[in-house]
Amino acid sequence: MESLTLSDVEQKYYSDLFVYCDTDNTKKVASYGRVLDLFRAAQLPSEVVIQITELCGATRLGHFGRSQFYIALKLIAIAQSGLPLRVESLNSVKDLPLPRFVVGKNEAEARHVALYQDPDSQGLYPASAAALIPRPPGRGHPNKKVPPSASAHPLHEAVQPTAPSVETQQAEPTSPVVSPHQSPPSSPPSWRKHKRQHSGGNADRQPVAAPTGVVWTQFREQQTAPVSGDGLWSSHSPPLPGQESWVSFTADTPPSSTVPGAHPSSVQESTTIRTTMAPAAAAATTTEVQRQSSGYDDPWKITDEQRQYYINQFKTIQPDLTGFIPGSAAKEFFTKSKLPILELSHIWELSDFDKDGALTLDEFCAAFHLVVARKNGYDLPEKLPESLMPKLIDLDDSAEVPEPTADVGFSASPAEVTPNKSPSMPSLNQAWPEMNQSNEQWETFSERSSSSQTLTQFDSNIAPADPDTAIVHPVPIRMTPSKIHMQEMELKRTSSDHNHPTSPILAKPPEVSEEVKLPVPATMKFVPANAVGDGYSSSDSFTSDQEPVARQRSQSGASPEALKVVAPPPPPPRPHPSHSRSSSLDMNRNFAAASAAGQPQPAAIAFPPAVPPRPLPTQSSVPHAGQRAEAEGATGAGAPLTTTSPQQIPQQPNFADFSHFQAFAASEQPSSLPEVDKHSDPGQGDKSSDGAGPLRTVKSDGQADERTTTAGHSTKGSSGPLAPPPKPIRRRLKSEDELRPEDEQHGPQKSNIIAAAMATQPSIPRSVGKDKKAIQASIRRNKETNTVLARLNSELQQQLKDLLEERISLEVQLEQLRPFSHL
Amino acid sequence: MAVCIAVIAKENYPLYIRSVPTQNELKFHYTVHTSLDVVEEKISAVGKSLGDQRELYLGLLYPTEDYKVYGYVTNSKVKFVIVVDSSNTSLRDNEIRSMFRKLHNSFTDVMCNPFHTPGNPIQSKAFDEVVSGMLAQST
Repeated sequence: MESLTLSDVEQKYYSDLFVYCDTDNTKKVASYGRVLDLFRAAQLPSEVVIQITELCGATRLGHFGRSQFYIALKLIAIAQSGLPLRVESLNSVKDLPLPRFVVGKNEAEARHVALYQDPDSQGLYPASAAALIPRPPGRGHPNKKVPPSASAHPLHEAVQPTAPSVETQQAEPTSPVVSPHQSPPSSPPSWRKHKRQHSGGNADRQPVAAPTGVVWTQFREQQTAPVSGDGLWSSHSPPLPGQESWVSFTADTPPSSTVPGAHPSSVQESTTIRTTMAPAAAAATTTEVQRQSSGYDDPWKITDEQRQYYINQFKTIQPDLTGFIPGSAAKEFFTKSKLPILELSHIWELSDFDKDGALTLDEFCAAFHLVVARKNGYDLPEKLPESLMPKLIDLDDSAEVPEPTADVGFSASPAEVTPNKSPSMPSLNQAWPEMNQSNEQWETFSERSSSSQTLTQFDSNIAPADPDTAIVHPVPIRMTPSKIHMQEMELKRTSSDHNHPTSPILAKPPEVSEEVKLPVPATMKFVPANAVGDGYSSSDSFTSDQEPVARQRSQSGASPEALKVVAPPPPPPRPHPSHSRSSSLDMNRNFAAASAAGQPQPAAIAFPPAVPPRPLPTQSSVPHAGQRAEAEGATGAGAPLTTTSPQQIPQQPNFADFSHFQAFAASEQPSSLPEVDKHSDPGQGDKSSDGAGPLRTVKSDGQADERTTTAGHSTKGSSGPLAPPPKPIRRRLKSEDELRPEDEQHGPQKSNIIAAAMATQPSIPRSVGKDKKAIQASIRRNKETNTVLARLNSELQQQLKDLLEERISLEVQLEQLRPFSHL
Repeated sequence: MAVCIAVIAKENYPLYIRSVPTQNELKFHYTVHTSLDVVEEKISAVGKSLGDQRELYLGLLYPTEDYKVYGYVTNSKVKFVIVVDSSNTSLRDNEIRSMFRKLHNSFTDVMCNPFHTPGNPIQSKAFDEVVSGMLAQST
């Protein structure tokens, strides 16, 4: 080490500094911590500091002796002047300004300022901290803010009173000074990062350091002012919350090093930071002017300079300001900040507002800001602060955020629903799409509200969203009863919304007729295979209708639903849960309309001999009976339907009416089709629909057969409630043959009914042509029904198991409680 | 009503597992582990379109006397397992599905985070919050 020659001023200055650093009062060795803090305050790049340390020999010695310290100070001055660090320059540089140290606003600053300031006045910092004001301007960094000097004075004044507290001030400044020491890692990295970014600017930094001081001064001034004129120095705490946030990465010095974490101390830091930022800002943003602590109240607010800086950074990665920074690029960028990955991850979570894996400008600024804050010791918030919310597209984001998330969440549900529906209702999908969409939206809401229940509530025409029905849904329950239901639904809907219900239904009159086997004279025919498909869909819709209805009716929540699926159709007249027959009424209406209009559709709607597909368990037997009656009647013309329907209306009593119906059906077979439809209507919601099923079969096939079936059904009617409505029978409209096969296939669970149906079937004449398609359709439907039933069965089994388990647990609990009572 | 929620990676090691704090939490860990067998079985069984969300949801894997285990697998073979206590009123299927949906969404968000390496344990606060919500909603 060369011997160091110092001017008097320098000598004094340095000795003061040494004393400052000499916390242990050894007069020999400067406290390492203090020294480091001091060096940091010099606002030099850490590399330079390291270099200085090495040069002065402290590294070698391991401590800062006085000489090392002085050398270091000299080197700092050299560095701050922008001169290369050379040992030789120690003595060769003339007129070297005193090293400048920027400290957080607090006494430390005051102290340094004093140091700074006053080479002449002995303003020993200890004593004269107050008196001294950092006056960088005086330092010969003219270009910088001249005014600051002026402003510095007031500060100076302010500082004075605090002279007594210099010591404390010293202590305080120490803390910020010290803290960096404690967390050096953070600062250098950030600083380094900046260095990288501003590699070009580094050179500028040092020269800037000078201005920095000036800037800093200004900073402080302004801060002080806002601070309520408080002797800045004394107060450190308060004020600059706003400034805190201004941590510019560009800080040459690791301002962030002051990281106490506690806000009051952080305030100190902030001041330090701010000062550092000032230089940085000066360097980076060219805004030398002090940033007045913007947003005092909002610690997270981004100042303009900061924002400008962030924007510049954004540009380096993504030139298009409206574009995105992909996640990987952002990762690299923020990794440079040397924050732990976990924290970066958290910052990302907070700032990626729309969760798209990329950062928009706003998101980037928010993320950057959080990183800066974190480096300065601010704990990361749990939620993104208001001021950091993406502002550019604020509304959009906020609107989009829930949507995407909701949509994501919901995409599943519509998907869920849709698949359910699609298989079952290919044709119905026409009507579904809109419902699906609405479902989607609906589900979105429900999902947002985290309530799956809302799905069930969403009973739009076809409760597709109903998760309970989801399972059930796929059932293309094409059974007549469904048709009946469909019609009922339509009727209901018609009152409310003609389009929907009717559209699907109307669209499928043929199918409906097929399935429903409505006797509707004119409409009876349809039945093309497609119709069947449509019918399926319509039946599905009915099913869904039924489901809610069934639910209402059934006592056991799950089973009815399941059953519903299985028992497609019985158009559970929603509005009239108690009336399975109401459907019949509807049917009547339809039927009448149909007959009157002679339109196939109405006829279809009228529910051709509504053979209520298998009666839902929950369904009362009455409808069943009613259905039967209808079925029976259905064999005949449509007219009888009307008659039967009224009978079917009263659910329970109708049960007993089977006999009537039977006879009736027998007699009316010819015109029973419509009646059957009616039957099926009521039967839809009705378990007794199985009776209807057979009834329908009867209808389709032949009067005699129908009668038989009817009879069988009537008996079945009683048992009806248990079996899901027989599916197929409905198709009377299409053709008896079709019906027959359907009946055969669907074979409602009631074997009886099936048997009856079977019995009737053979007798039913088949018209080959249409029948084939119808048969195939019915076969398909039957199979589907079977699947549904099987699934229903398994679900019921499971429910049973669950219930048993619950029961067991309850019993156990009871047992446990009992002993206590004994005691 | 979940008592334990676990996220298992494709290679069948846990990415995240959290239970309601009780004694014997290890029991849940064990349950989740054994349920993996059932999950594997179901995955191999489901040969049809794997895109259907319905198949992502595996449903009840197996019930025991105290609790029930539900499974869900994503397209990338990441599995979610939820253990619920059956002594409470049984959750409806759609509720379980919605729980899985939420989990899946949160998991997706975690994956979107460039600082998260797939295959590492999940250390996301947002994810933790979602899971806490589910665990807390029960008892």
